[in-house]
Parts: sequence; structure tokens; C-alpha cells
Amino acid sequence: MDKSKPVKIAIASGKGGTGKTLISTNLASYISEKTDCLLVDLDVEEPNSKIFIEGDFSLQEEIFKAIPQWDESRCTLCGACTTNCKFHAVLQLGTMVAVFKELCHSCYACSELCPEEALPMKPHKIGEIGILKNGALNFMECRLSLEEEQAVPLINQAHEYVNQHFSDSSIQLFDCPPGTSCPVIAATKNTDFVVLATEPTPFGLNDLRLAIETMRGLNKKFGVVINRYGIGDDEVENYCISEEIPILARIPFDRKIAEDYSQGKIAVRGNEKLRKAISELFINIENHLNHD
Amino acid sequence: MTEIVVLSGKGGTGKTSVTAALSVLIGKEAVIADCDVDAANMHLLLEPDFSESYDFYSGEIARINSELCSQCGRCQQVCRFGAIDFNEDGYKVSELDCEGCDYCRKVCPEQAIEMLPRKSGILYKSNIRTGTKMVHATMGIGADNSGKLVARVKAEAKEIGQKENKSIMLVDGSPGTGCPVVSALAGANYALLVTEPTMSGLHDLKRVVKVIQRTRMKMGCIINKSDLNPSMTDEIHQFLGEENITLLADLHFDTEFNKAMILKKTIVETDSPIKLQIEEAWGKIVETISKK
Repeated sequence: MDKSKPVKIAIASGKGGTGKTLISTNLASYISEKTDCLLVDLDVEEPNSKIFIEGDFSLQEEIFKAIPQWDESRCTLCGACTTNCKFHAVLQLGTMVAVFKELCHSCYACSELCPEEALPMKPHKIGEIGILKNGALNFMECRLSLEEEQAVPLINQAHEYVNQHFSDSSIQLFDCPPGTSCPVIAATKNTDFVVLATEPTPFGLNDLRLAIETMRGLNKKFGVVINRYGIGDDEVENYCISEEIPILARIPFDRKIAEDYSQGKIAVRGNEKLRKAISELFINIENHLNHD
Repeated sequence: MTEIVVLSGKGGTGKTSVTAALSVLIGKEAVIADCDVDAANMHLLLEPDFSESYDFYSGEIARINSELCSQCGRCQQVCRFGAIDFNEDGYKVSELDCEGCDYCRKVCPEQAIEMLPRKSGILYKSNIRTGTKMVHATMGIGADNSGKLVARVKAEAKEIGQKENKSIMLVDGSPGTGCPVVSALAGANYALLVTEPTMSGLHDLKRVVKVIQRTRMKMGCIINKSDLNPSMTDEIHQFLGEENITLLADLHFDTEFNKAMILKKTIVETDSPIKLQIEEAWGKIVETISKK
């Protein structure tokens, strides 16, 4: 590992509820026993890593995206903005121009191509970040406002914030949204390694395949963690072996782990089974990063 | 036709397992829409025949014709998405980053940029083993899951349902609170929530309930794995009471869900006591939706 640059590790999955947050929070806690670690919750639609992190936010900041604001006094109603917006977010309705902010992609085309400068870009709040420090663990939560539908602008800004404010944090973990679409691409972007969480069931396998296809398409280095190992069948394991995909760890199905999770507890401190799996995961990630 | 959308907020709570079980219970009377297009799983339990398939296009993507390009760099200057790369071969569009805003094409002095339709997935209409039809889809890698594909899946299912005089349209939604969820909710009559008694489960449930409350639709909730954390289950009961959401069932943790899944069956096709509970829950839903 290059010690001068932070190592960025994403924890993702195709299927939801396979243990991304369990892995992220316990891995962060385990690493921070030894060294500085930053955990960023990028599951902005449903951020819930904070449940497992002790302490209150010491800093909260609002995050904005730029949207055009109609300046009636300058507008000549030429209609260029409506033509220039591919997302139907700017519409001329009679003698007024309406901006539908939830459709706006902040491309600036309407604003910068307006001959009268009648659509200046103004900040619009899309979410919040919260930051706290707990010993060697830095934690950052990113939460999308409930009126907002687009997760990507917030995720992109969170990455920028991390680069600006946490460049000395040597290990950075990113708890990603589920799925394989645009929010996951944004969340895993510029990370060095992706941990894909799955479970040994037909649903788990189906969604793991989609996630793997996505990671291959992005040329990402990745490995798999099988959570609730023992609850289903061997198909996930067989698939990984036949595709030569590294299995980084197997977290055994254990009612105690599930109960601790349900209560918002970090199980890695007291549960030997989980501790063994998480330490194995960390060693395997380090090995993969050191080997190339 | 009554439209029922199944949502959860948090992933992995059993949303799809419950939806598939209801599909089997209702049988021919229902048309099914799998709107969790990001990680579609219903096909694993309902054996669709993929009898009709259509490519789905959504939005556009820019392409630079290098023969016309004079390498002025104007496109790169205006692109807010960092989607224009430059190397020894000249300027090139990064397909994963391009949002299709068309700004670069408009400012290119050489008219070297064209916008092409972006294929974002495949939509299927299938006959399934319950004697009815299902509309489902697969999304392309990193595709823009803005809810357009979800809207299309729903529209197709609705058309089939109306043509074939179905009384129920059953929609499996995606986790989260963003575009695909909002899109799945549009036009629906009833929201069925599936949650689990974990702090994360309740946290995410509360967020998705807030989004659903913008509509006026009735809600009912199934608590899966309710015995995992009885005090959290009590807390969810209390929340449901406060929000006037019907408690439909408390389902105990049962490995039959996984065993059934491996056999490509649903829980109502096993001897599990949960079968009866799902039937009762369905009875309560029918009671609510037939009240109007």
C-alpha cells in the first residue's frame, strides 16, 4: 500500500440487506483499534451506520446543488432555456418560466446559454452531512433530504468533501447504496477496492452476479464477503470459485450477531465469530491491495 | 384494478419473498410488476417464460466524431459531469459519466458531437407459473435508475391488467426513498410495508413512510423476523399505531423462507405456520381496499 495516499475501500452489494452496514461499521471499529480510520455512510437514501457509532455529531453541514433561478426582470421569454434543457426541468408556461428542481441535473446549459443572463444558478439544499470523531474513528454521515430524489449529486459532493477534509485519514471506508445503478457507480468511483456483501441464497447469487458484472465494467478490484454463511446453499461459493473471484471472508449465520445488529451494537468487540471473520477480511483486503 | 405496492425502506427485509408469496396466493386475479429493476429477484420464484422482450432506451449519450473535432476543448470546459476525457487520441466521452444534457453538442463549433439514444435496460413480459402475467426488467450496467424504467414496467403491467380484467396489480418496489420508489408509488392505491425489528429497519421504515404520506394511500405493515428483537418489535407496533398503519402480521424468524427459496418456491407453498399468517394478512388488505 502506498502510505502517502489514503486507501479507499467501498462496501457494496447488489441485493439490499446482505450486511453492508454490518461489515462497514464493524470493520471500521476493528481498524480503529489500531489506526486512524474514516467511515463514510454513502447510503444517502437510508443512512443508518450512525446507529452503530457512539457519540454526537460535532459538525453538521448542509449540502447544496446548483439550480437555475428565474430572474423575471431580465427575461424576454425567448424560450431558449426550455429548448436547452434536456430534462424538462425548465419550462416556459405562458409569461413565466418554471424550474422543476427535482428534475434538474445542474448541467448549467439553460443558465449559461441564456442570452439575457436571466437564469443565474443558485444553491438549493439537497441534504446534510454530519461528522464526529470517536477515538481513532472519524465518521461522516450523508443524508439526502426526503423531498429529493437524486442521490448522485450528494454522493459526488461527499467524495469531494472527504478529499478536501480527510486527506490524512489513511484508511477510508465507504458504506454504499444497494443495487447496480447510478448511485452505486458514483459511490464506488475513485475507490481502490470494492467489498461485495452477499448471502448464500438464490436472491443473493442473482444480485451478486449483477454487482460483479458492474464492477468488471468499471474495472474495479473487488472481492466477496458471504454473510449469514450456512443459512442457504453452496451456489454462491461455487460461483465465486469457478469465476476465480476471491472470497474475502465468511460471516457465519449466528443469531447473536443478528441480535446485536438489531440493537445497534458493534458485535466485533464481543463476538469471537464475527471478530474472526472481520480480521480475516481486513488481512485479505490488505493482501489484495499490496499485491499490485 | 387495485394497485398494491410493496416497499421496505431497508433492503433485505423480505419484501420480495412476501410479494412472491402473495402472487401465489392471489393467482390468476393479479398481474405482477417487478419494479425493483436494480436487483430484480421475483423471476427466481415465479418462473417467467420471458416470452416478449423489448430494449428500453432512456435519455441520450454524447459521442464525439474525432474526424470533425478540432480539439478546441470547449466541450470539456462546459461539461459539469467530468464526462469528457482528453488523451493522445483526442477528446472522448466517458459513457458512465455522461448525463446526456446536450450542452457540449450545443457549444461545439465544429458540430463534431452527436447525441445517441442510450440503451438502459431490457423489459420483459412473461407468463408465470401462477397462471398470470408478470412484467419485469433488467438494467444495464450503471444505468440511470431515474424511475423511468420503473414507470414503464408499471405502465405495461397496468395495460395487461386492464386488458385481461385483473382485479389486483401487485408491484414489488425497490429499497430506499429516491426516484425508483417515488415512481413505483405513482398511481398506487395501497402500500404494503415489510420491515424487520432492527434499529436500521425502523429508521428506514420511518423515512419511507414519510415519503408515502405525501400521497393519501392506506398502508399496512408486516414485521418479518419479529422474534429477533421483541422490544424493537414493540417499538415498531407503537410507531404503526401512531401513524395509523395497520399491523398485518408479526412473522417469526423461519429458515423455511430460505429453504423454499432454494427450491424456487414461496413460503405459502410450505408447511410453515407463516403460510396461515400471510393468508390472514392478505385478508386484512382485501378488507381495507374493498372499503372505498
